[in-house]
Amino acid sequence: MPLPNPLTVFVRLIKPVQIPGLLLSIGIFLFVLMAVNALFAHSPVLEVTAIWSDPYYRHITKFSFYQAALSTLLSVLFAIPISHALFRREFRGKALLLKLFATTLVLPVLVAVFGLLAIYGNSGVLAGVFEYFNSVLPFSIFGLNGILLAHVFFNLPFACRLFLQALNAIPDKQHQLATHLGMKHWNKFRFVEWPQIVAQLPHAAGLIFMLCFTSFATVMALGGGPKSTTIELAIYQAIKFDFDLQTGALLALWQICICAVLAIFIQKLSRSSSLTANYQGPKNTFYQDSWIAKCWDFSWIIVISLLVIPPLLMVVIAGLNAQFFVVLTDIKFWLAFKNSLLIAFFAALIAVSCAFFILLASRQWRLIGFNGHADKIEMLATIILVTPGLVISTGLFLLLREIGHFSSLALYIVIAVNALMALPFVLKSLSLPMLHNAQKYELLCASLGVFWWHRFYWVEWKALRRPILQALCLSFVLSVGDLSAIALFGSHTFSTLPLYLFQLLGSYQMQSAAVVALVLLVLSVGVFMVVEYLFKERRTQYD
Amino acid sequence: MNKTLSNLITLATLIATPVFAASQEKLTVYTYSSFASDWGPGPKIEAEFEKSCACDLEFIALDDGVSVLNRLRLEGNNSEADILLGLDNNLMASAKKTGLLSEHNIDLSAIKMSIDWQDKTFVPFDYGYFAFVYNSEKLTNPPKSLKELVEQRDDLKIIYQDPRTSTPGLGLMLWMKSVYGDEVNQAWKQLAKKTVTVTKGWSESYNMFLEGEADMVLSYTTSPAYHMIAEGKNQYQAASFTEGHYTQTEVAAVVKSSKHKKLANEFMSFILSDAFQSKIATGNWMYPVTDVALPEEFNQLVSPAKALSYSSDEVAAKRKAWTKEWLISLTD
Amino acid sequence: MIKFTDVNYHYKQQSFHFDLEVEAGSVVAILGPSGAGKSTLLNLLAGFIAPVKGEIKIKDLSILKQAPHQRPLSILFQDNNLFTHLSAYENIALGLHPGLKLNPQQKLRLHAVSEQVGVQNLLDRLPAQLSGGQQQRIALARCFVQDKPILLLDEPFSALDPVLRVAMLKSVKSLAKLQNVTVLMVTHHIHDALDVASDFVFIDQGTALAVEKIACLNTTHNNKQLVDFLSAEMNR
Repeated sequence: MPLPNPLTVFVRLIKPVQIPGLLLSIGIFLFVLMAVNALFAHSPVLEVTAIWSDPYYRHITKFSFYQAALSTLLSVLFAIPISHALFRREFRGKALLLKLFATTLVLPVLVAVFGLLAIYGNSGVLAGVFEYFNSVLPFSIFGLNGILLAHVFFNLPFACRLFLQALNAIPDKQHQLATHLGMKHWNKFRFVEWPQIVAQLPHAAGLIFMLCFTSFATVMALGGGPKSTTIELAIYQAIKFDFDLQTGALLALWQICICAVLAIFIQKLSRSSSLTANYQGPKNTFYQDSWIAKCWDFSWIIVISLLVIPPLLMVVIAGLNAQFFVVLTDIKFWLAFKNSLLIAFFAALIAVSCAFFILLASRQWRLIGFNGHADKIEMLATIILVTPGLVISTGLFLLLREIGHFSSLALYIVIAVNALMALPFVLKSLSLPMLHNAQKYELLCASLGVFWWHRFYWVEWKALRRPILQALCLSFVLSVGDLSAIALFGSHTFSTLPLYLFQLLGSYQMQSAAVVALVLLVLSVGVFMVVEYLFKERRTQYD
Repeated sequence: MNKTLSNLITLATLIATPVFAASQEKLTVYTYSSFASDWGPGPKIEAEFEKSCACDLEFIALDDGVSVLNRLRLEGNNSEADILLGLDNNLMASAKKTGLLSEHNIDLSAIKMSIDWQDKTFVPFDYGYFAFVYNSEKLTNPPKSLKELVEQRDDLKIIYQDPRTSTPGLGLMLWMKSVYGDEVNQAWKQLAKKTVTVTKGWSESYNMFLEGEADMVLSYTTSPAYHMIAEGKNQYQAASFTEGHYTQTEVAAVVKSSKHKKLANEFMSFILSDAFQSKIATGNWMYPVTDVALPEEFNQLVSPAKALSYSSDEVAAKRKAWTKEWLISLTD
Repeated sequence: MIKFTDVNYHYKQQSFHFDLEVEAGSVVAILGPSGAGKSTLLNLLAGFIAPVKGEIKIKDLSILKQAPHQRPLSILFQDNNLFTHLSAYENIALGLHPGLKLNPQQKLRLHAVSEQVGVQNLLDRLPAQLSGGQQQRIALARCFVQDKPILLLDEPFSALDPVLRVAMLKSVKSLAKLQNVTVLMVTHHIHDALDVASDFVFIDQGTALAVEKIACLNTTHNNKQLVDFLSAEMNR
């Protein structure tokens, strides 16, 4: 029998606390539209048909789909046995391996690319091995091979984590029941474990597809020519090289449309998954083991370790070269370093603040069961996920160029665009904790009169400090590694670490590039570690 | 909140911006990175010009000539640039069409090039010819013509640059077009089979070539001069092609919205002075446009049987279509 | 003290109608089957939901315009009474000041009430370090430091074992008496009502009977639904 939900007090009204979030959400949406529109307005001759009937753009649309589908398929397919193996086995270093999994998705693309090149490139470790046996590398990392390899490197561990989380959510009792019923490996997988994975499948596959479909830096670095180009990269080329803003804007709209259709399709396909934040999971010791099962599991664990660890290791090894101190004493390096920190810090701050306000608005609706409203408002703010950063930054500059000079605006625009690009990820990572907090404390706060600043400090901040800081780190790392917002604004006097790395790679200064890649890696992983260390849960004594 | 934030950002930028002691007039020049780099001619030219002008000359280095033009287009009438330096003859017409450049009134009589330069907007500062460069110690029988390279030499691996992003890349595209005309599609496909990779910029491909990843690389007839003069190496040579070589002339122009017109015109005249031109041969590794003395190594360089080029207007009109042609030949 | 006059409320297909009066100083048990509207009555009074029509008065003053925290009452929920990330001390102090800025008198009061509730030694612990009973005591202490004339209990002790539950209720009762607080408690245990309540009100299908003395709570009552409910509950 449903009790009347007391929260309907706020029936159908928009509460004051929701207003900033709603304004922000709608503002962001309008802003994206305005930015795209600014590109159109700048080049008034409309040639829509010229683009749709253009065989080259048809080719890159096809290629975008093709590589994204393949990347998704490979990532998701391999994630199933790997996550299953990780779920069933305990071994030394498992925790570390899972931590590494978490880093691959946020790792600056160029750093990963650098690591992959060091292993699979023409003069990489693998090529060395082949040479030793008087043979040559049977594949080239440039083109589709490299794109797939990099996408799998980024997304396979991510998919594994999602599936592992789903498997860990299986209640203890179900394992006991399965043992009691005498279910062996295959049957247990079919009836107990597979349903958990399948519930996550559309969501995971959808997100991975989207990330690969709009992939930019990976394709730019490993595409190896016009044959392997995604829509996102074509937009970059149209704007940056041809100064064909209109084509850029049209292609951006085209990409947004495709992704929107896709998102709706996924929404329809997926049941609403209610993943608990149960990362640890029960010790799963109820199954009957066999050496075949053991071999199967550990081969998969070795496969994934071989995929993830060597490139990261190579970044470290290659980075500690003779150029190390030369780079670290170069003023250009430090300028880029300073810009990166500045941009990432403010972008993270803005992204998390915006996400906080937007989630304040959306969770209020979730509390009273208006999930549709809540989804929509979060979706509006997420549009940026499929809008190329370059389109936003160009549009923003065109809107602002009467106000100031390029060099004075560049920093602000890059910060703003980076903040926007991090927003969807921050929303995703904060939405569940914030909702839980409201579910637990909404009434209590109302009855105690804990509002506004007090509510923020004592209830949200104190309880959610960890997720908030993690979200800050996440957006910081995403912005530190970003190459698409800076792509337009960078010059040799205003650059960030990824751009500097790109310039070094572009001029084939491999040793210096290796050092910068190492710095970026340390920065990305280090931020998480430092924050974790500084803000360990501390108890305070009271009189 | 927002106010504090913007204050913070302003503060941070203030701290970050280096403070110039003197309030001299500042001349801002957009150019490509290798021109302004420590090993390029930029720093010496800057020092020379500042000696005479009592001003502050600042180079803003962008990736390449295309980026220089596009930065100006993006900024429109509110650009910081006083001068663009490093566009080439192929970009001239599209640059003029933006309406963002103003005419100069410089005496062009010092220019000694094969063609009579009379352009009212652009002043040339150097020129050169595109060529495929090879290592004569490894490759003893280089192709004698572009057609030989494209149609016959399946034993060679080459690297060239993307015509959308690099001026040598664009040069090759026009070179191919001028040799093959309407049959260029087929030629591109043949060339694709011996292409290791198409790089974004010149330096990336040239470095890959030096590392031994290809037999030939698209560069300039003057590139061997660098190896001879700066490194004392004689093995790097440019292959001479019987069809002739495509010409690149690099130019500078004054930006219409410049607030330092007088100074800008001074710099434009300075471009044709010996002080500037003498830095070109061994700084930018190109031919100077005036009669300054050349190092004797330049005499050993290939001199093209024929200097090929399209008019800048024709390039502006057809560039997009020809680039498409290239793209499509490579993708299907 | 508390007066519901023709209070109407609708939720989904169900409608509720309350018309009742509670005297100052009494301990009123709110009885009734699940879903009958016991919590709705409390939520209306606490201000989490607003009636469609009718009037709710406390001490002859309408409270309908007041926000939940402005109303002269404190409340103890079934669960989630404590902020799990705050210490027991901070949880109690939130009842005195939403920013935890206590003056010396308030600090004294906090310690006095903690002693009365028997949690003075637990103040620096986090909720996770406390037993279920201790957690609800902390929450109870917060209710009492708030110094409001009415205390609402929404089955806060239902998860505790019977002995502890009765003990808790008894201490609520004695504290209420000491501080002159009127108590409204939702329960579905008849024995709890008989043990601690001075009065009771029976709610069935969204409507409340009048408030009656606890002595009248027996199977000879003239309301058939109440008698059925009683015999079913007694036999459990």
